[in-house]
Amino acid sequence: MSPTEPILGDLSYGESMVPSSSFLSLLESRGLAPTWKPGANTADLDIPEGTTVLAIRYAEGVVMAGDRRATAGNVIAHRRVKKVYPADEYSAVAISGTAGMAIELIKLFQTELEHYEKIEGTRLSLEGKANYLARMVRGNLPLAFQGLVVVPLFCGFDEIDGTGRLYTFDVVGGRYEEQDYAATGSGGAEAKAFLKAAYAEGMDLDRSLAVAVEALVAAAEEDAATGGPDLRRGIYPNVVVVNREGITEVGEDRLAEIAAAVMGGRP
Amino acid sequence: MTVPFYVPPEQLTKDRAEFARKGIARGRPIVVIEYSDGVLLMGENPSGSLHKTSEIYDKVAFAGVGRFNEFEMLRVAGIRYADLKGYSYEREDVTAKGLANAYAQTLGQIFTHEMKPYEIEVMIAEIGATAGDTKIYRIQFDGTLRDIRRFGAMGGMEEELAEHLERALTELPDLPRAVRLAADTIEEVVETTIAAEDWEAAVLDRNLGRRKFRRLTADEIAAARS
Repeated sequence: MSPTEPILGDLSYGESMVPSSSFLSLLESRGLAPTWKPGANTADLDIPEGTTVLAIRYAEGVVMAGDRRATAGNVIAHRRVKKVYPADEYSAVAISGTAGMAIELIKLFQTELEHYEKIEGTRLSLEGKANYLARMVRGNLPLAFQGLVVVPLFCGFDEIDGTGRLYTFDVVGGRYEEQDYAATGSGGAEAKAFLKAAYAEGMDLDRSLAVAVEALVAAAEEDAATGGPDLRRGIYPNVVVVNREGITEVGEDRLAEIAAAVMGGRP
Repeated sequence: MTVPFYVPPEQLTKDRAEFARKGIARGRPIVVIEYSDGVLLMGENPSGSLHKTSEIYDKVAFAGVGRFNEFEMLRVAGIRYADLKGYSYEREDVTAKGLANAYAQTLGQIFTHEMKPYEIEVMIAEIGATAGDTKIYRIQFDGTLRDIRRFGAMGGMEEELAEHLERALTELPDLPRAVRLAADTIEEVVETTIAAEDWEAAVLDRNLGRRKFRRLTADEIAAARS
């Protein structure tokens, strides 16, 4: 940076000023937005991919869970990948698809929400957050055609109407609100089939945590790219709960108990 | 061709400083006090939405006095600076010192190069793991950057406020006492009583999670003062 170039950027409301409270626009205006420019044959690369993530509505909000495995081709690339993240105080986001890009997308999304909140002095509405995430997924479309797909799952507590809500997305940035449960990733279909049978309206937290973990176990049994709880290595799913009090990450100890109970009950 | 009148730089600087000082002195003051769990930023502000204090980053907060539109521009620029830095490197790399320097350079540049200097002063506070890690910086309209210990006041009647606080602050107070002290001092100096809902108060609190900034509600302020 030259000494004459202002550290804080241009303060005047001229053309160079970003008129919005968007962090992504700010990055773009400074030429810092993350980009990937792959060659034509990305199919030949073994890039780590993330797998089964799901969310369930329960009596007081939503529960979101994800397995920990990332695969590259037929190799288990990582055993302890985190796929479920707090997006802000009242929402959570989970990822499936190309892990490296998805993790960057989440970091950008988290910064975006906090940036907006600080500048505007108020949080975005839950719908607003979901729409913004859809826009970010849509921006990724050219890469999706090359096989670098990122599909998130989003859930949160709607502070306006006081309920938990779930959103799924597709590669073109389509945003769909789901009623009771949602799952995505390579084991998503298995997880959904399990949730369809196990879901009940107005479940309490304990029950919904057990159902969430069991759905991941069911997915891991059918899908090689999904890792179930690994009691021997002490690897358990990531689970978060969002309700009126905000977001909490479920502790390892509690998950270990749930996982042992769920696995113990299976042949 | 017209030749501009020669104005000696001493005169120019003096005039500009006087102009800025007058503007700042008209505004309501803000008091910053370090307390046992962090830093309190407090001042009179009847508006519930046009804030003078703000969160900048996890453990960094902002307070401004003077013209709202001018310090608001600095506030927004500060949030952008911090978020860009935290996103590019790591959250721990965002510090009050870096931001204070950026503000000082910007205000210094504006003071000498723009048509009129900004009629504002800002403070940047940062807390760490212990009371010894607290840093408070004050940046004046001309870019003067100062390091502040324990307490500070800026805006109208700032000398009187600082004198009062110097006398009253004998030890590190807890939060209710810091609120009481800030409120009593301001009321005494400006010679009015101010209702609980007309205060704006925010803290950086070590006991909070990642984001240490929190605004105090009118009820909390009333409770602390009763």
